[in-house]
Amino acid sequence: MHEPGEVRIPIGPQHPALKEPESFLINLRGEKITSSSVRLGYNHRGIEKACEDRTYIQDLYLIERICGICSHSHSTCFVQAVEEIAGIDVPIRAKYIRTLIAELERIHSHLLWLGVAGHEIGFDTLLMYTWRDREIVMDLLALLTGNRVNYGINTIGGVRRDIKPEQKEEVIKGIDILEERTKYYIGLAQEESTILKRLKGVGVLSQEDAKKLGVVGPTARASGVERDTRRDDPYAAYGELDFKVITNKLCDVYGRTLVRLGELMESYSMVRQIIQKIPDGSISVKFLRKVPVGEAVSRYEAPRGEDFHYVRSNGTEKPDRVKVRAPTLANIQAVSKMLEDRYLADMPIVVAAIDPCFSCTDRLIAIRDLGRRGKNTVAWESIRLKGIEWYKKQGVDFTVLNKKLAELF
Amino acid sequence: MTEEEKIKQELEEGFAYLKDLVIIKRKGRIFADISLEKFAEVFDYSVKQMRFETISAITGIDTGNGFSVIYHLNREGKIMLNLKVDLSKEYPEVNTVTAYFPSADIYEREIVDLLGIKVNGLSEGNRYPLPDKWPKDEYPLRKDWKGISSKKEVQDA
Repeated sequence: MHEPGEVRIPIGPQHPALKEPESFLINLRGEKITSSSVRLGYNHRGIEKACEDRTYIQDLYLIERICGICSHSHSTCFVQAVEEIAGIDVPIRAKYIRTLIAELERIHSHLLWLGVAGHEIGFDTLLMYTWRDREIVMDLLALLTGNRVNYGINTIGGVRRDIKPEQKEEVIKGIDILEERTKYYIGLAQEESTILKRLKGVGVLSQEDAKKLGVVGPTARASGVERDTRRDDPYAAYGELDFKVITNKLCDVYGRTLVRLGELMESYSMVRQIIQKIPDGSISVKFLRKVPVGEAVSRYEAPRGEDFHYVRSNGTEKPDRVKVRAPTLANIQAVSKMLEDRYLADMPIVVAAIDPCFSCTDRLIAIRDLGRRGKNTVAWESIRLKGIEWYKKQGVDFTVLNKKLAELF
Repeated sequence: MTEEEKIKQELEEGFAYLKDLVIIKRKGRIFADISLEKFAEVFDYSVKQMRFETISAITGIDTGNGFSVIYHLNREGKIMLNLKVDLSKEYPEVNTVTAYFPSADIYEREIVDLLGIKVNGLSEGNRYPLPDKWPKDEYPLRKDWKGISSKKEVQDA
């Protein structure tokens, strides 16, 4: 469907500029994009169908694996729907713990995004900085849940792990460092010419188009659409927390960057409030394996926007239907609009700016030494030290650099 | 009177046949069952007059003896109005809502691909989410679908 004088190029489903399988067909006139279309579905794994053959508890773990980054978003969204149908009253402490993990997840996701955005505009120093900082929040998540991703903290009726006073202290320590670093990034975003020149006016989506296309999350909020499920349709402990919904009317990739940076600061404040306010009490109630006939709609503000789950039960141990609409599906259709009349070179950052979801690898906190018999385990810290020693032998030594960095912050 | 009760009242006053079919499940969640013939006018009224201007998702369900399609609308991100329409097994057809919501396009393609529900008026375009060479008349989300034999399996996989 391209006209004379136009060139059509396919980008994807496998392409170095894309971080996950998706396919764009782009029509070009010179360097400018005249129109584009997107083809999705390369990651379809049949999870909705698989849920119908499994019990609710099994589904919880399956649903958590929809995404490697917002795994807690999906599992919370799902348990909320099941709890609503089953009429389970979740203890308040459990709600606070869910909210705490949710905000830590948002922090790790936004820091990850900032790094990817830096990478896409050729500013790889930013990627190195933010992903180094992201390790702090990843360690906190591992400390609280035992896992870096796919936390497994949720269960139907509450959460599986309580938080201890000393863990609270660790969280506050980590958040203090991250807040300082984020202030530095906010300053950077306002002054650094690479960021300003590369992001301003790129990937424009007007407020009108954002509303019409039903975009969600930071993408919507940067186009002046003030929507946030945490405030509009409160769940977990959000009704008791004080926070601002960050918006601006810049309508471009730069605006989306500022929204995410602002949300990081709000998340730090929310984490502090949770640590301070979290009430004592039990962390879960008993869930009887069967769920009565019913249906429920659950919504959740994932780092990328509104996550939507619909669950329908038929009185057995297995659901009749589970429907998931992840935020990227609501956002991806706006990409064609954002690319219109823009340069081809802007395409990677425009796509990255909606923060499409891609899986990140899991790591282990303790591994068993398989070479020997018995219960020989290797602690996380010793693996780390081993790694540092190994690199030193190869001539790579970060000791001096680390000292300098510590003095900087 | 809460906001939800007002919506229920407005729908029941506007459409007498909706009496007792609009259910408030909890704060911010309203469900309504509508017959296929009346669906278009209720949908139009909900979007245009009652300002349910965002669509969160479209869910298709195989109920065993037919299909259901639920349109999950919301007003300013707050109250969700879930309009459900039942379809027969023989003629599973609905009309597209892309005139109201251009973004509903991909949600409709999903029920076409996975459940084999026909959406009248849906523009030509890429399918979603199954592969282009997926065999005809194989609809994974139907209850009687248990997988396809290896012979029929997607050629280009």
